[in-house]
Amino acid sequence: MKITMAHGSGGRSTSRLIDEVFRSANANPILDMMEDSAVVDGAAKIAVTTDSFVVTPLFFKGGDIGRLAVCGTVNDLLMRGAVPKYITSAYIIEEGADFETLSKIAQSMAETAKEAGVTVIAGDTKVVEGNGGIYINTTGVGFVYDGADIRSANCKAGDAIIVSGTLGDHHAAILSERMGIENNIKSDCAPLCDMVRNMMDAGVEIHAMRDVTRGGLGTVLNEFSKASGCRFELDEDSIPINPEVAGFNKILGLNVMHMGNEGKLVGIIAPRDAERALKIIRNSRYGTAAEIIGTVTDGEGVVMNTHVGGRRAIIELYGEGLPRIC
Amino acid sequence: MADLNGIKRRLREYDGEPLTIMEVCGTHTAAISENGIADMLSPKIRLVSGPGCPVCVTVASYIDRLLELAMQPAMTVVTFGDMLRVRGSEKSLRDVTAEGASVRMIYSPFEILKLAEAEPDRTFVFAAVGFETTTPVYALMVEQLIQRNIKNVKLLTALKTMPGAIRAVAADGTAVTGFLAPGHVSVITGHRLFENMAKELGMPFVTAGFEGADLLCAVYALTRLRGGRSLNMYPSVVTYDGNKAAQDIVNKYFEPCDGAWRGMGIIPRSGMKLKDEYAKYDAGSAGLTEDRLYNGACACGDVISGRKSPNECPMFGKGCTPDTPQGACMVSMEGSCFHYYINKRK
Repeated sequence: MKITMAHGSGGRSTSRLIDEVFRSANANPILDMMEDSAVVDGAAKIAVTTDSFVVTPLFFKGGDIGRLAVCGTVNDLLMRGAVPKYITSAYIIEEGADFETLSKIAQSMAETAKEAGVTVIAGDTKVVEGNGGIYINTTGVGFVYDGADIRSANCKAGDAIIVSGTLGDHHAAILSERMGIENNIKSDCAPLCDMVRNMMDAGVEIHAMRDVTRGGLGTVLNEFSKASGCRFELDEDSIPINPEVAGFNKILGLNVMHMGNEGKLVGIIAPRDAERALKIIRNSRYGTAAEIIGTVTDGEGVVMNTHVGGRRAIIELYGEGLPRIC
Repeated sequence: MADLNGIKRRLREYDGEPLTIMEVCGTHTAAISENGIADMLSPKIRLVSGPGCPVCVTVASYIDRLLELAMQPAMTVVTFGDMLRVRGSEKSLRDVTAEGASVRMIYSPFEILKLAEAEPDRTFVFAAVGFETTTPVYALMVEQLIQRNIKNVKLLTALKTMPGAIRAVAADGTAVTGFLAPGHVSVITGHRLFENMAKELGMPFVTAGFEGADLLCAVYALTRLRGGRSLNMYPSVVTYDGNKAAQDIVNKYFEPCDGAWRGMGIIPRSGMKLKDEYAKYDAGSAGLTEDRLYNGACACGDVISGRKSPNECPMFGKGCTPDTPQGACMVSMEGSCFHYYINKRK
């Protein structure tokens, strides 16, 4: 069955769509009340973030727009030292979208929310003219750990730079799908709750943290550099990359430092905690390939120490990047 | 015998006569930047980029002709990504797409055959630019067109060959003292071509690969070679005579013609065009020689021929960046300005 404009009318068709697709996937006491807003418990300090997801194709190796819509928002909360608690989900659906496709996406979203430990507490559905496209906005609320102060400006000379795994996988997976290239590259799309909570619970001194999404590591580190007034020195040989992604990049002329990921974080960690943090991340789900890739120093900018012993600057993403990657 | 660390030390400490080494190939420019090689050399060794980026050396009238074709009804211009954002005398393919022109970007030139078979009433024009490396692919494409009896694909060619441009650089009162010969071109032509050019010009040529260590060794070799000596340091893929099959298929469908190089002018016999008997596959490539810089302040000609470093151009980083490119050298992934900018090469 296809979605029509009637499913956005606010009447019976809309109720049917919500019941059959969204409530059946996300049943919980808060949603089931079907009130105009959700009333929930809070915390002394909360983190809030919102994000819209427009990825194409809707399904790709390693994930889909539903899983992405949860991971993207949950990871943004985690990066400030918050435990993700609640999430909202708003769909904009173009007429002609498949009922079954929508159900699969809603189901995937529900499963990912469960994995990430967040409750879907509010939702919305709109139908617009178009050609079967599906877009999702999620807003997330997290409870911030007591005393957590994780932000870009806190990076200090001497800090270790840790990435939680191989870079570029999501970007390469999406591009492969679009170009019809067959390979084994999978998106890394994942909620990073486990590794962040393990670090927070162990009292690791995290100065700054970001999930490495659009713009890639090069862009994130340049933002850190500007916010903190420090230089970020990287060691090319320790940057983790899946060999298949490396080959793909070589053929297409892509630079892994500017590729998007959906399940990788970069942590700027106090030097005395660096090895401990690395171990914790490697022992967490989705973190086995983590590496210490460099050091924060005095100065400015981002510098790569290359395999042959040269140095090159890394700037933020230039040009257009890859559109509709998330 | 020196190991890599020894070579690095000697390059750092080199104190002989000042050398200016031109990397002719755009992919070498990219690899030198990515490996940070320029900073590893003594101040007496200067690396300059040459005319080896196909998009960078394409003249404005060629781009303008592509735009005209793209605006025609039932016609689609098909191109690799780099070409989309390069401006002709005024606009780029990207600009006219927003105005309704039909432009498709593809990754393999053979995708055009599928497009053409799916839409027989539409003419697909391929923006065929490139050097010795790419021309064999276009020759294979023409062969497929003939074999599959596809009549709705044409090529707008601005194909070029390196020797004429290298001679022009060497004759131009340049400071260049030696050449890193283009590795991919050598795969097709064979090292013999550059051995001959070394003798002809009385300058050393080293054919090199693309890894950091390959490049360091090749630059080191160029600090030792003098006069018309040459060396093939990429023998794993470059033979003395090159790829005969590729040379043959090129000679079957194409013949030399004068080539118009952006910023360098017309260089005799430095282009390739479809032979007369295959002219029906040509989309009007003849006579596209007029060149005009979109931005008159650009030093593209000096940059392409190695007289100026990209960062000596008055526009570099000031109004001309990868986000706001004024000249093709800042657009292309093989462009020297692009690489100097993104890696802050000095």
